[in-house]
Amino acid sequence: MQSILKIVLQRLGLGIVTLFVVSIVIFVAVNSLPGDFAQAILGQGATPESIATIRRDLGLDQPLILRYFIWLKGMLTFDLGTSFAQLNFANFGGAGTTTVAEQIAPRLSNTMFLASVTACIAVPLAVTLGVLAALYRNTAFDKAANMFTLSSISSPEFFMAYVLILFFAVLNPIFPSLSNIYDGMPFSERLEKSMLPALTLTLVVTAHMMRMTRAAIISLLASPYIEMARLKGLSPMRVIIVHALPNALAPIINVIALNLAYLITGVVVVEVVFVYPGIGQLFVDSVKIRDIPVVQACCLIFAAAYILLNLTADILSIISNPRLRHPK
Amino acid sequence: MSGLVWFVIIIVGLLVAAYVFRLAGQAITSNAPKFRDMTFGVAFGYIFGATLFVWATYYYFQPKITGVGTPNAGVIFFRWAVQGFIIASIAAFLFRVFGRAVGTEVTKKLFRSMPLTASFGILVIILYAITAIFAGSIAPYGESEILGAANVLAGGDITAGGDPAYPLGTDQIGRDILSRLIFGARNTVGIAFITTCLAFFIGGSLGFLAATLQGWLDQLLSRSVDVLMAIPSLIFALLLMTIASVWSIKLGVPLTIFMVLIIAVIDSTRVYRLARAVGLNIVVMDYIEAAKLRGEGLGYLVFKEILPNAMAPLLAEFGLRFCFVFLTIAALSFLGVGIQPPLADWGTMVRDLGPFINFAAFIPTAAVSPLLAAGAIALLTVAVNFVVDWMLHKTSGLQE
Repeated sequence: MQSILKIVLQRLGLGIVTLFVVSIVIFVAVNSLPGDFAQAILGQGATPESIATIRRDLGLDQPLILRYFIWLKGMLTFDLGTSFAQLNFANFGGAGTTTVAEQIAPRLSNTMFLASVTACIAVPLAVTLGVLAALYRNTAFDKAANMFTLSSISSPEFFMAYVLILFFAVLNPIFPSLSNIYDGMPFSERLEKSMLPALTLTLVVTAHMMRMTRAAIISLLASPYIEMARLKGLSPMRVIIVHALPNALAPIINVIALNLAYLITGVVVVEVVFVYPGIGQLFVDSVKIRDIPVVQACCLIFAAAYILLNLTADILSIISNPRLRHPK
Repeated sequence: MSGLVWFVIIIVGLLVAAYVFRLAGQAITSNAPKFRDMTFGVAFGYIFGATLFVWATYYYFQPKITGVGTPNAGVIFFRWAVQGFIIASIAAFLFRVFGRAVGTEVTKKLFRSMPLTASFGILVIILYAITAIFAGSIAPYGESEILGAANVLAGGDITAGGDPAYPLGTDQIGRDILSRLIFGARNTVGIAFITTCLAFFIGGSLGFLAATLQGWLDQLLSRSVDVLMAIPSLIFALLLMTIASVWSIKLGVPLTIFMVLIIAVIDSTRVYRLARAVGLNIVVMDYIEAAKLRGEGLGYLVFKEILPNAMAPLLAEFGLRFCFVFLTIAALSFLGVGIQPPLADWGTMVRDLGPFINFAAFIPTAAVSPLLAAGAIALLTVAVNFVVDWMLHKTSGLQE
């Protein structure tokens, strides 16, 4: 148990260091913009005085390293600053501006909702299909599944999204093609509206998870203890579920966690197609209008989620390895 | 709700049918081994497959137009899909037959063991390459030539909003979609290919260098790659594209060049990993030692000794990497920050034409052009993946 704790702590430390370095990379990248933010906020017709004021307000007259630590402190205390669009709005006398944190929070929870709906559909489906494909390997079912998953992995998400819209929203109006969800929507309606994006994401991630499950199980089938189980006269189903699956868990858990990481970060395109108000949509919109504070914050959140889930995958696969759990 | 009830009824019905099928098979063939040892799952599979086939045949021969005169769009799309699948299969089969008969001994042998999916993949790749190279002479109109009418629908049927002069219709400002699809092959595929080559050049040479020299350079490169890989690639690309869009205005350099560089650098991290891993296995070989003793320089070691021996895994990776790069570029263009107009590009076309899908229930041809643009992307990546899958299967000896 001691060694496992040590490994887990090591990985955790490594994850934090990675996140720290990533934050430096993002900060440096953003600060390599030509000109400065004050110019970007005020646009072409800015007077030197107003630029100086904004520079002072944003702390742009400080040296770079100091600014990094101020920014980092802000990130750690969820004070993500104010978006340029909002600042501009305030400059023209708009009232009731929101901070980046207030902008991101509801969007993030929407994305989390979409990701969890997808995971609830995709994970059981993928594991079941993977087990079935391993059970009936090299049959017509396996070949059809292989061809189908290979095609759905390699197609772009928007192709899948439009095909699903065509079949489930336009030709047979079962689900709405616009996922305009809002706060306080009843759960069932919310679920119905986010069904098509969830199905699109399911198609993309299921394929990967299913192939890994199949490969992990099949790679075990040649081992002696499986042969033994078969010779005992167990049914093929029992051999796979009771004997092979527990030992194949580590790679399966790993690939599931990787795909969840993908769900949080790779939803950008799907959210744009379905106009789903998630963090990916916010990110793309901010990229288009070069709203740096929002882009920076979203980027860091995405990176943190990605690192965290990869870390979880690592730790889970260590824990699920019996050799590490019970050291001799 | 009734849909769900029907679904359950059908599933239960199929389960019962499978049970009866197995029982009947055992009774009729007086317990032949095939039926005696059949598991329930296999029996269900047969019944399910047969039901699906019967339903598909029935649906295929439904009339194209419903009683009230509106088109039965579902049937029309289904027919297109089935016809496309059959034509693709036949083409792949013929191509394989052709490949087995014509060519040198080596290629003949290659084609003999090839599954249909792989020959389909190779055929598609060749067709794309031809289209991309001869785009200028194949396309009926110019790349960004604005013609008479905007928003002409596909099909060339004047009563359905088409025009025989533009077989696939025109887009929102009146450019011929067929020509733009053909030029898109050159732009989208060409840019993706250049980017992949660049990524391989950067990642491959740095990876081999790290494997040959090791020491602090290896540590430095590997740790930087770890950090870059900790940021999800599409997100990182979008962040850098934001910054590049400002620089491109300031420097007057097209944004597309920045995009090629950014994606090449991001993807070269993955290539670096592989090249370093493969390289580390090669540098311990005796012939490397011999070359070092001969006094060969670093360049000779990397390009003449390591590279030829690392070719097979790198080629498979090249195919996969090309797919990723291609999809990233398509995604960026789809989001509006990738390849910029007036260059014809499939991702941008999907974004512009996408809303037409909503009219497919009334005019099925309206959905053709956005789906063709998206499908052109999907078809190429699927084809490359089929080929890579077969190559990996072949080289790893995973015959199972």
